[in-house]
Amino acid sequence: MRLRLEKRLEPSRKMLILTPVLSVVAIMVLGIIIFDGLGYDGPQAVWELFFTPVLDVYKWRDVATKAAPLIIIALGLSLSNQAKIWNIGAEGQYIVGAIAAAGVAYSTQSVTGFWIIPLMVLAGMLAGAAYAAIPAVLRTRYGVSEVLSSLMLVYVSLQLLSYMITGPWKDPNGHNFPQTAQLTAAQILPHDLLGSGIPPGLLVALLAALIFYIIVSCTVFGFSIRAIGEAPHAARYGGFRSDRIIWATLMISGAMAGLAGVFELMQLSRLNLGYPSGYGFTAIIVSLLGRSHPIGVFIAGLVLAITYVGGQVAQTVVHVPNATAGLFQALLLFAILASDLLVRYRIRLSFKGDIAAKRSVA
Amino acid sequence: MTITFILDALITVIGITTPILLAATGELIVEKSGVINLGVEGMMLVGAIAGFAVTFETGNPWLGILIAMVSGAVAASIFGVMVLSLGANQVATGLALTIFGIGLSSLIGSNYVGIAIDPLDSPFPDTLALDTFWRIVFGHSPFVYFAVFLVLATGFFLNKTRAGLVLRAVGENDFSAHSIGYPVIRIRYLAIAFGGAAAGIAGADFSLVISPLWAEQMTAGRGWIALALVVFAGWRAGRLLAGSYFFGVLMALELYAKASGFAILPSQFWAAMPYLIAVIVLALLSSRDGKGGKAPACLGKPFIPNG
Amino acid sequence: MGAINRLELINVTKRFPGVLANDRVSLTVNPGEIHALLGENGAGKSTLVKMIYGIQAPDSGSILWEGKEVRINNPRAARRLGIGMVFQHFSLFEAMDVVENIALGLDGSVSRQALNAEIRGVMDKYGLKLDPRRQIATLSVGERQRIEIVRALLLNPQLLIMDEPTSVLTPQEVDELFKTLRRLASEGVSILYISHKLHEIVALCDRATILRGGKVVGTCDPRQETPRSMGEMMIGSDLRDPARGQMKVEGTVRLSVTNLSLPKPDDFGVALDNVNLDVKGGEIFGIAGVAGNGQNELLEALCGERLSSAADVIKVDRIPVGQFGPTSRREVGLCAVPEERNGHAAIGTFSLADNATLTARTRIGFATQGFIDQDGADAYAAKVIQTFAVKTLGPNSLAASLSGGNLQKFVMGREILQAPSVLVVSQPTWGVDAGSAAFIHQALIDLADKGSAIIVISQDLDELLALCDRLSVINLGRLSVGRPVSEVSVQELGLMMGGSHGGWTTPAMEGDHAAKA
Repeated sequence: MRLRLEKRLEPSRKMLILTPVLSVVAIMVLGIIIFDGLGYDGPQAVWELFFTPVLDVYKWRDVATKAAPLIIIALGLSLSNQAKIWNIGAEGQYIVGAIAAAGVAYSTQSVTGFWIIPLMVLAGMLAGAAYAAIPAVLRTRYGVSEVLSSLMLVYVSLQLLSYMITGPWKDPNGHNFPQTAQLTAAQILPHDLLGSGIPPGLLVALLAALIFYIIVSCTVFGFSIRAIGEAPHAARYGGFRSDRIIWATLMISGAMAGLAGVFELMQLSRLNLGYPSGYGFTAIIVSLLGRSHPIGVFIAGLVLAITYVGGQVAQTVVHVPNATAGLFQALLLFAILASDLLVRYRIRLSFKGDIAAKRSVA
Repeated sequence: MTITFILDALITVIGITTPILLAATGELIVEKSGVINLGVEGMMLVGAIAGFAVTFETGNPWLGILIAMVSGAVAASIFGVMVLSLGANQVATGLALTIFGIGLSSLIGSNYVGIAIDPLDSPFPDTLALDTFWRIVFGHSPFVYFAVFLVLATGFFLNKTRAGLVLRAVGENDFSAHSIGYPVIRIRYLAIAFGGAAAGIAGADFSLVISPLWAEQMTAGRGWIALALVVFAGWRAGRLLAGSYFFGVLMALELYAKASGFAILPSQFWAAMPYLIAVIVLALLSSRDGKGGKAPACLGKPFIPNG
Repeated sequence: MGAINRLELINVTKRFPGVLANDRVSLTVNPGEIHALLGENGAGKSTLVKMIYGIQAPDSGSILWEGKEVRINNPRAARRLGIGMVFQHFSLFEAMDVVENIALGLDGSVSRQALNAEIRGVMDKYGLKLDPRRQIATLSVGERQRIEIVRALLLNPQLLIMDEPTSVLTPQEVDELFKTLRRLASEGVSILYISHKLHEIVALCDRATILRGGKVVGTCDPRQETPRSMGEMMIGSDLRDPARGQMKVEGTVRLSVTNLSLPKPDDFGVALDNVNLDVKGGEIFGIAGVAGNGQNELLEALCGERLSSAADVIKVDRIPVGQFGPTSRREVGLCAVPEERNGHAAIGTFSLADNATLTARTRIGFATQGFIDQDGADAYAAKVIQTFAVKTLGPNSLAASLSGGNLQKFVMGREILQAPSVLVVSQPTWGVDAGSAAFIHQALIDLADKGSAIIVISQDLDELLALCDRLSVINLGRLSVGRPVSEVSVQELGLMMGGSHGGWTTPAMEGDHAAKA
């Protein structure tokens, strides 16, 4: 007896929605086993990791705060993913966006005005888009894989950040710490916008998810992105130019990463060495877990944010190492990629193949 | 003084080049078989912590290297199962492997932070490497000699052996190879495992020689440089050797900039340089048609045999 | 040996998800016999020979070799028995040279020198000329086939399987191939010859087994049959010729192409060299040629995937469209259907409605201001499905779930119902069952009768001769002047198609560009 894969005539819509859920459940079970194996209280560790942040009202704000940048970046990535453009350098665009916004902040320290925050947002988005334009030009003009070029630029952006906070923008009152000066009141959005209790970043994420939903489901532009991703040659025949789509999706995902960088800067109120948090990488998991669908991405962003917050809880309560959240995110990504198989194939038990395999020609 | 300085610098360059040369050689074989594994960085980290932990616990660096190699291959095999047997996307899975490697190595490594061990010495007797000049020949860690051997052997394997021809054929046209009877999936599994083993050894080079301790993400993006190197080299072993040492020089500049302050530009510039140059070289090579060398035709495409 | 069959299949059955590819197929092949396996596309011929060559395993039934039951697990085992195969889609490696390719097809290591000598020996014996050091990418299709044949012959096969070997050859190349095959048969080699071209089978084969829908529907001696009688066995119903309303009144020129030249799109492509043509309303203009002589490049240049050097190089109803992209050209009235259905004419993972959106959104008008009216797309897809009798569940079905013939009908319908003033189609009935092919031919004729100008690019001379008013030949990116179908013979077309193709032709034909007649 052996397992046999049978290709489905059409991908299963049920599995498309079910597999991300199954993946999360599978990772919880696997987590219990791993933590027990490492000598921790497995069930409790998993409980703290996945459920405490949901059940504890005081953690909601943390979750929302972490979810906002993840969702904003992942929405942009979900567009490029659909075009099969792999912008894995979102972390770099996120950092550069924050640096640009910090630049605006640096030069507006002594002034106030309603225009400062929009200017910071604009600067961050433009910087993110410009940084993503580098892999775009390399890909469209020279045929360089955007995977490698966008990733290399992450390391460059880290050095740029390090230089800015130890050099020109170093906080003069910072006791020689490598960091920028704190943002002024005119440079930070109120943490409680419109009295809703929801952090401003998450409101932006929600609004962005709605806009992306319309783009993806109703517009020729959204259609062209999917067409390029599925069959570039057919898309060209349909009148869509792949160069333009590569540019558009990279610039949009770069701008979204930059936008997330601005909100995170406002959230932390300054740039320091701890700023590069890996959100740009985790957002890739979010976009894949959310099936590159705006609503899915929104939910997936909350789930990943829960593992961040839960990771900290598990660290203090069960004393698991702080690397566990990252490990779980990777396992989740493995699970979602592996479970894609269920969308495209049906698993069948077969008894015949065996007999065939036993007898063979001399 | 200048001669000594140059010779010293050369030794440094050779030392820091070695892990990227090892990892890139492994990836060359993987890509020649038609698979792109972006998890090099993760596999290197797994090898680094495995090599360090085993060496520290047993006192036997050779056992450490062996386990690093095996763990790199095991990590690669996870990738192999995902992309070969489950048909998962290679880019996403490779990325997952890197994130996984970072997480797993940090988890295991949390017990080893701040411990130092003696670096692995040259396999030759000290008497052979008394002065600086002879140290160029005899004064390196075993990794250096192994890396050069491995890349030359890989070049021979690919171009002069039948097995190498079959491997290239699988990367060139998997359906043809399948239809004339070559086990495409099995060959790719072997190639992926080899790539993982080489990356594992490269990681051990970091944690046993280059900086004989464990630090989170100590490979610092060198795995990505190794991936880019395979592209620069036009998928050819000889150019891989040359390209690695070129990048070794760039990486050494950062060390010297930090140490001596001779640089006019800030140290961050020198640290960013290998990555900047990598991006520029990628563009230069691909803009010149033909000169850059051709990627295996099936690179990154899934192979699902019908029937 | 004598009485023993070289190969015997007994009740071989193979099932794929949703299809019974081979249903209790039995056949015998004698030593030295050229045995035809005849059937339409999708009749199960390729699956059957893949099982004989060990690429796929039968679900049930048995294979006997020289009278003994064998289990052929992989091609290596097949080769060990003495079975060689020449694939329809060649199993060659573009970036490698001839010797490397041949070495890969042999089992066990041979030194390059020894192999060179062996290759030369086989080539001399059978008159197959080839430079062993050339890279595959630089070879013509005929030359590539020769490599496959040499590779198979080096193993001294007892049975040679040829899967649709002539679909890429000129008539002259076909003659040369047949000479080689007859010679092999006279030496005792059995040949299993797969084809759906009836006149070839009559000319070459000793016996024919006819497959329909995965089942054997008959065995016959082709020399005792007419192509028509075998065709009826193959298709299962009376053949019907397309009815052409005699529209002799030729309209005005609707498409005119003047000095169209384009460089190679990539290393493996063909440059277009000064192509000129005019097609009038009501006219069907045929372009014949061996695959890979610029057909795809010409289609892409006409449909707007690649832009011309100047706007007036291509004119539709006197409007210069050379600088327009595909969408604008469709708005003017120029529609096209490329050769490759999957991934070019249609997107397999998209629904039929989305595939309608792909090319019909502006001309039919269900995408305005950048937004797609999904109801409009569904309605248009439904109309195509209904008008062209596409067998599917509806507009939401994925394109990949349709059979080749049905998808082709959908794609043709999608363009034809846009009422194009000019329609360019490539290989309109490639891999399509006879019923759908007849339907498509009729639809093209009807469109022409309504006054559209139509270009049909095809490798199937029979199709072109039946369908077209004028014919031309494309060879190495150059197009001959179109001539009325009544004035050209198949022989003549063959010579033009051969052009500078080396191949099976005699040296006298080398460099003969009959094109500029």
